[in-house]
Amino acid sequence: MSDRAALKDRTAIVGIGQTEFGKNLEHTELQLACMAIRNALDDAGIDASDVDALGCFTQETTPEFEIARNLGFGELHFFSQVAHGGGAVCGAIGQVAMAIALGIAKVGVVWRSRKRGDPSKRQWAGVQPRIDDHWKWSRPHGLSRPVDEVAMLMRRYMHDHGATREQLAAVALTQRAYARRNPDALMRDREMGLEDYLEARMISDPLCLFDNCLESDGAIAIVLTATDRAADCRHRPALIHAFSQGMSREHQLMTDYHGADPFVSSSSATARNLWRHSDLAPPDIDVAQIYDAFSPLVLFSLENYGFCGRGEAAAMAGSGALGEGGQLPVNTSGGSLSEVYLHGANLVTEAVRQIRGTSPNQVSDARNCFISTCDSTPNGALILRRQ
Amino acid sequence: MIESIPLPIVDDPADRAFWQGCDEGRLLVQACKQCGHRQHPPRAMCPACRSMELGWQECAPTGRLWSYVVPHPPLLPAFAPLAPYVVGLIIPDGLPGIRMVGAIVASAEEGIGSVAPAEIAIGDRMRLTFVRLAEDVALPCWVPDAACAPSEREEKP
Repeated sequence: MSDRAALKDRTAIVGIGQTEFGKNLEHTELQLACMAIRNALDDAGIDASDVDALGCFTQETTPEFEIARNLGFGELHFFSQVAHGGGAVCGAIGQVAMAIALGIAKVGVVWRSRKRGDPSKRQWAGVQPRIDDHWKWSRPHGLSRPVDEVAMLMRRYMHDHGATREQLAAVALTQRAYARRNPDALMRDREMGLEDYLEARMISDPLCLFDNCLESDGAIAIVLTATDRAADCRHRPALIHAFSQGMSREHQLMTDYHGADPFVSSSSATARNLWRHSDLAPPDIDVAQIYDAFSPLVLFSLENYGFCGRGEAAAMAGSGALGEGGQLPVNTSGGSLSEVYLHGANLVTEAVRQIRGTSPNQVSDARNCFISTCDSTPNGALILRRQ
Repeated sequence: MIESIPLPIVDDPADRAFWQGCDEGRLLVQACKQCGHRQHPPRAMCPACRSMELGWQECAPTGRLWSYVVPHPPLLPAFAPLAPYVVGLIIPDGLPGIRMVGAIVASAEEGIGSVAPAEIAIGDRMRLTFVRLAEDVALPCWVPDAACAPSEREEKP
């Protein structure tokens, strides 16, 4: 067995679960996490006592021991946490998948529970009077929020490639159109047109309100097991075909524009290794879920993962390629911009639905789905496929 | 939420000299004493040769704007009344591999928020100044160079 075959297709996502999504939900983050995990285990048809591996975010506030003793898990054999917020979910899943593929554990749960609907929960608002880490080089100047850091690159991108706000708008508008058909999406009842986008208030010029993800509450959970056990589960398994994490040379978290080429992000490091481990290449991908806390991240990711050439993503989005029936349907649940913002965990559940054939915006005969995480942080990506 | 502008800690051994330089009106970039590699922001070690003998080189007080943003609320209480303001990334002259974050200001006295965003464009020439934020913090900021004709603005690559 070559090292590249050690993980390929040997594990699968067999259960997905979620809570309601909203703002200021009544339940606590722990209660939401428990409900989402219970729903995911029911979806898989796996008993809670069989769970022996956990994966979560370092930013998760619900500790593993609380999760395990609330849900009645068995003895645990593997638990890992992955850092960097929006960059984490594929790493959390991939690490649990590796533990299962190696035989260290049998059934894994990955979850994210978050009440982010309250503006006081904004991370950037928690900055201290004196800064001792890398943020000291930007925040005293007024570059204080993630959106500012992404806007800096987007303006340069527009300058370099002649990209327009209308082209960027296509990301938000396409995802809103998907959300309108997703009964779980927070923005399902909110129609949005180009004029709405162009007239929206600026948050960090050139980025407006609709280039920003939602601020929302909810929880999502994912159940993984070995592929040979997946046949006993309730739904068609989504095989974990390829996985990598990535951090580029000289990467600096979010303020990632000090390296030789600021547009060669951590996604480029993830991409090279991901495709090396995959039987598929970018043109083979049927549908993609691309991390979208801010709409430019979709464009930068399309380029770094090789779905188009350098400087071509804005025109690709503007041409309708990401929408229904397009060359590469992207964020078919509405994504973080229009379904819910849970640090990208909803991109995973939507990928699984596409493989099962149960998405509200089903891509016909989708046999595989690409998932990425935040382009501006250390990150990771997965390719799921049908058995 | 803090009410004041967040400030850097200025006594970290890796970058104490940078803030000392700012206090004296000089903008410094870290330069490895062993191999000459230059970097910003400063680090504890030179990634090119693993030396910890890192020195400093003074930057020219002029540069060009690589990109910029114009933040609008919601913002920290100290920044909200200044919005919309301009913050950029500047390439100091003679240091093509270095990009530094800097507020774009009309003058040191007027501070953050004193330049109209409509007057700024990528490629504009900039002149260094220091905005005093605290007794121990002089922030390196940049003033648009009025002597810069529009024709001097950077062409698209």
